[in-house]
Amino acid sequence: MLAAQTEIESAHTSDKTYPQREMISVEDLSLIFPSPDGEVNALSNINLNIKQGDFVSFIGPSGCGKTTLLRVIADLEKATSGGLKVNGTSAEDARLNRLYGYVFQAPGLLPWRNIRDNCALPMEISAQSSEHQTKQIDKYLKMVGLQEFHNKFPWQLSGGMQQRASIARALCLNPDLLLMDEPFGALDEITRDHMNIELLRIWAETQKTVIFVTHSIAEAVLLSTHIVVMSPRPGRIIKVIESPLPRLKTLAVRDQEAFHTLAAEIRSALADEHAID
Amino acid sequence: MLTKIIEKKWFALVSLVLALLALWYAAALVMNGKQIIQNYERKHQTWTYSQVIDQAYTVKRPMLPAPHQVAIELKKSIFDKSVTSKRSLIYHAQITLNSTLLGFALGSLLGILIAIGIVHNKTLESSLMPWVIASQTIPILAIAPIIVVVLGAINITGVVPKAIISMYLSFFPVTIAMAKGLRASDTLHEELMYTYNASAKQVFWKLRWYSAQPYLFASLKVAIAAALVGAIVAELPTGAQGGLGSRLLSGSYYGQTEQIWAALIVSALLGSILVWIVGLVEKRLLSRRGGPANV
Repeated sequence: MLAAQTEIESAHTSDKTYPQREMISVEDLSLIFPSPDGEVNALSNINLNIKQGDFVSFIGPSGCGKTTLLRVIADLEKATSGGLKVNGTSAEDARLNRLYGYVFQAPGLLPWRNIRDNCALPMEISAQSSEHQTKQIDKYLKMVGLQEFHNKFPWQLSGGMQQRASIARALCLNPDLLLMDEPFGALDEITRDHMNIELLRIWAETQKTVIFVTHSIAEAVLLSTHIVVMSPRPGRIIKVIESPLPRLKTLAVRDQEAFHTLAAEIRSALADEHAID
Repeated sequence: MLTKIIEKKWFALVSLVLALLALWYAAALVMNGKQIIQNYERKHQTWTYSQVIDQAYTVKRPMLPAPHQVAIELKKSIFDKSVTSKRSLIYHAQITLNSTLLGFALGSLLGILIAIGIVHNKTLESSLMPWVIASQTIPILAIAPIIVVVLGAINITGVVPKAIISMYLSFFPVTIAMAKGLRASDTLHEELMYTYNASAKQVFWKLRWYSAQPYLFASLKVAIAAALVGAIVAELPTGAQGGLGSRLLSGSYYGQTEQIWAALIVSALLGSILVWIVGLVEKRLLSRRGGPANV
């Protein structure tokens, strides 16, 4: 507990030189889906380490296994072979201990619950006190800018607002790890920019580890401390790039030289491997 | 101007009702006329068509009473009698309603419980489902007297045997719809519950129960109509002293066709009102999620 406290404090003072503990470690992990016309190598020999407090993006064309890898970490899929540790335990134990919050591509709000009760769902399940629930919901709905909409039902909200509500729902459990599967994929560019900046702010504020699946190079560069470039057939990691940009960025970073250099590096990594054909 | 009137909803409704009434009057003329002509010929009397038309809508115990005769009978047995009188249709409708509602409640509960069992247990599905389906292939007219007699032998009489027959008819649609509805929850929502490490009980009460509700309400409308049919059928062969079924039966004993038709119309009205009430509750409960269609 004391160690964790020091870590958070040091995170506030220094930019990236504080001691980080390992959040995810993946060793030689493979996942084969059986299918009627042969096996599909969804993931092949994945090796990856993610440190606590990092913002890591998985990027690659469709079919490269980025979502599958995220689902394996979340214990939504089981690896065929290889090792995986999430916060030092197995993925299943991490799930059973409710270590992570998962944000799906679609908001997935329950249509019969209003926004407040949707956010309460994971806390009801983990049997937290109703005072604590109210406190958390108020805090995170405010953070995503939905405090005025707390008693609306999902169908009364726009897609972007629904997705923000689903992020608030994931944050309410206060998980150490946030797994996000193209959460802004369905949003228009303006909303998406806004959500990206909001997410960076929330990440900086809460010191969580974020794993973020995207197929937008610009989004990956804007958000991440590390970018994992993936390629399909078989799904594999071709490069892990550490971002030279500061941890907390603004949209203006997109006009900087370093931003474009990094984007070009990702693009060439994808092209080198004929990842896009 | 004319096309505007034709497009109106009430125009379609009124034309349909008028067409049905015209058809009914025509059918009454043909069916009762035949009877009147036979009567004349049996007595070797001469007759004219105008005589037949005159008598077709006034004859006692007609084969098919005309709509206005049924309306008069309805007025007599609804408004001109005290509701406690054995000649009041309200009195009989209320007896039938009691066993309908009890049977509907029991049937819905049984249907839901069987569906929960089926959904949570593969063995129950393969062992119970054939019996559930077989139960509905047995003619209710054959089994209703048996149920009443057997229950009577162990001193269960009155509303309960009738309610059990209603239950017997109404549990089936609820079972089938709930078995489907409880499995109809969104994969995304199920995965979400999985990431929360929710127990089976929590998944049921927080997810499946709600995603099944649109299916449940669709089946409850069928079930309440079936429960009414069950209650009436139960009153038919068992010599029940009251209820719409007993009115139908006594009407046919004594050739009181107006009485039969009046009872039929009251039971149809009762059924419509019951289905409408279920629909109202459905609308109220499901509207907050964006309407019954938006599940």
